[in-house]
Amino acid sequence: MEKRFLAIGWVLSVLLLMGSLSGCGNIEPWVKPYERDRLADPIMALDGDPVSTSYLQHVYEAREGARGGEGAAGGGCGCN
Amino acid sequence: MAAKARPVAAAAATSGRGLTMMLRYGLGLLALLMAFSTARASVLPEDRADVLYHLYTGGGVDIDGPSILVRKQVGKSVSVVGNYYVDMVSSASIDVITTASPYTEERTQWSLGMDYLRGNTTLRVGYTSSEESDYDADTYNFSVSQDMFGGLTTLTLSYALGDDLVRKADDPTFQRDLDKQNYGIGLTQILTKNLIATLNFETGTDEGYLNNPYRSVRYFNPSDTSGRGYSFEGELYPNTRTSNAVGVRARYFLPYRAAIEGEYRFFTDTWDIDSHTASITYIHPWRDYTFTGKFRYHDQTGAHFYSDLFPSAQATNFRGRDKELSELTSYTFRLKASYAFLNESQSWGFLKKGSVTASVDWLFVDYHEFSDLTANALIGEEPLYSLDAAVFQLFFSFWY
Repeated sequence: MEKRFLAIGWVLSVLLLMGSLSGCGNIEPWVKPYERDRLADPIMALDGDPVSTSYLQHVYEAREGARGGEGAAGGGCGCN
Repeated sequence: MAAKARPVAAAAATSGRGLTMMLRYGLGLLALLMAFSTARASVLPEDRADVLYHLYTGGGVDIDGPSILVRKQVGKSVSVVGNYYVDMVSSASIDVITTASPYTEERTQWSLGMDYLRGNTTLRVGYTSSEESDYDADTYNFSVSQDMFGGLTTLTLSYALGDDLVRKADDPTFQRDLDKQNYGIGLTQILTKNLIATLNFETGTDEGYLNNPYRSVRYFNPSDTSGRGYSFEGELYPNTRTSNAVGVRARYFLPYRAAIEGEYRFFTDTWDIDSHTASITYIHPWRDYTFTGKFRYHDQTGAHFYSDLFPSAQATNFRGRDKELSELTSYTFRLKASYAFLNESQSWGFLKKGSVTASVDWLFVDYHEFSDLTANALIGEEPLYSLDAAVFQLFFSFWY
């Protein structure tokens, strides 16, 4: 029974996504590339010092009982 | 020997249908988004090298060492990265003072990774190895990122598998396994020309030996020969732990050239630890300098099997007195200054940019259910323990 629900959920999700994304190819970026100069400023880099960030995450994980959920999802400003 | 920080191994643990389904859903979602994304080239990370010295001091513990990171693009589509990291530990922490002897040791960690860029998709693979005298950890990472909608959106799916081996310094026959799995999904979104935000969700499962083999719990024992009224016995943790964390972060470019960032994370796990973590950061450049100030707040509940003082020996199925599993509140203040001594207009040979950065973090932890047994007070009347620590970093960064 659980497998059936998961399968139905998966199919519905795919259909929903296909429907909602069918026009994505035509989405116009509402922040144009030439408007991203501020986002490209180094002070806006989400992980400007990766070696320092990973060290501090290690310190917090050693001193607290929580972990995860803090990673920058990569990417950046897409200015190039 | 006593309490030791777990290696930084980036992963966590079990499998299970829910996690598998989540990954399956995520990959399906990514495939769809890739199919519909607009044709816009993504970029590889910048070539850079960092040489960092770190020092943690507080609560009777000193940990310092180097961290060296080098990243270099190879060809047009590949970037490789390597990191070498060392912790040199000298510990006489509260756990050590009350139940064991001070110790020194060294942990060495190295990582290798590769990014492969194809169109708007970046594939990343990585391996991390951490070694110390009584704990080895191998972690394998994989992630895929997709830039979409003209570079406004980046979706990342990640998976990490950790394979740890726990040993015990005074017992060569002691050897336990710990397997970790971690699934993550992240979204980075440009919201306006001044605002960028991220949303991350991670679920992790650990399965195996989760105890620290050196730590002990305290239990009430009026007949203890020391006359203290309590004795110690070994901790006993559950063999599984599953956690979920969701974090949101947003950075805003202020009307003048400065930035402000806010971050919040909620964490929950099957040990009944729930936590809220929030921070605010201000970044202010001035000439060739960049100054950063940050305040971070963390509050958590304690694990269901945690107790500062158990009523008797073997009182519960699981038991722990690891202070990091206690209910606690922590505060961190950071000051950081960076100086760009080399910019692209004055590059030295192949070096395009260079900077030096110094930072200090003051960490204050108030434990709400962990007594300071060094106070020699009557049983049950010991003051609660609190930790003050400072974290120093000095690092040079070069871009080429």
